[in-house]
Amino acid sequence: MNAEPLRQKLLASARAHPPSDRVPYAFEKRIMSRILNREAPDAWAAWGFVLWRAVAPCFALMLMAGIGSYVMQPASEDLGSQLDAVLLADLDVAGDAP
Amino acid sequence: MPPAPPPANTAPNGVPSPYDGTPDDALVRRVIEGDKECFEELIRRHQPRVFATARRYARREDEVQDIVQEVFLKTFERLPGFRFEAPFEHWLMRVAIRTCYDFLRAHQRTRESSFTDLSREEEDWLDRHKTEPDAADERAEAARSLVQKLMDTLTPEFRLVIQLLEIEERSVKEIHELTGWSVPLIKVRAFRARAAMRRAIARMKPEKYL
Repeated sequence: MNAEPLRQKLLASARAHPPSDRVPYAFEKRIMSRILNREAPDAWAAWGFVLWRAVAPCFALMLMAGIGSYVMQPASEDLGSQLDAVLLADLDVAGDAP
Repeated sequence: MPPAPPPANTAPNGVPSPYDGTPDDALVRRVIEGDKECFEELIRRHQPRVFATARRYARREDEVQDIVQEVFLKTFERLPGFRFEAPFEHWLMRVAIRTCYDFLRAHQRTRESSFTDLSREEEDWLDRHKTEPDAADERAEAARSLVQKLMDTLTPEFRLVIQLLEIEERSVKEIHELTGWSVPLIKVRAFRARAAMRRAIARMKPEKYL
């Protein structure tokens, strides 16, 4: 089975039938009216749109960071004993000195 | 008999354009400087070619007009980026081809058709092609509608590459400039598109027509 001759014949048919370049009457006027009546883009509206789009991802990121820091914090000493150790560290060093 | 429409280089009221003889580049510069009215002359000059291009990819006239409108609106928006390195017409045709490709991709689902649903005239043409290939006239209307059905079975990439390479007989370099596809990609797509066309033809009652 050889489909190539039929394919070539059909392509020749497509070449023999070039599409029309007819233009509807006053078509350029229609495009120009679209261009001339087009409103200038509002930069603040575009910025606001971007900010609204960013709300959900930022909120999700904040939740993930909060959960992550809660889960991964060391379970050892409490905050009070850590504070004591930091404040008294200098006294310990001074007491050890000869 | 209705009056004939004015030629493309005259205004709709038949008055010659005041920009006759002004080169495209000069008009483009004036549009960029803020004289939007000059764009109308650019549209008037180039719209026949853009219409012909759009009619290669869309069948319904309302779709064709939408494509052409989109092409000129995009061109107007991007005009400040025009670098005057190539003729304006080449740049415009790049926008036109890419807009047609976007149209094909957007309408891919609704355009899928079967190459096996043939009309009586199409079947007669195929019969004639099988029995006496030289007698099957490629200028026949049945052949034209068969090509359209065959092209509708192709993906947008394959359809575009067959249209440009085999029907419009453009070079690979030209297609690269029009589409932005790399040369190896064009060659691969052309090879696969030809195979896809042959497969589509083979699905069409091969025992009868091949």
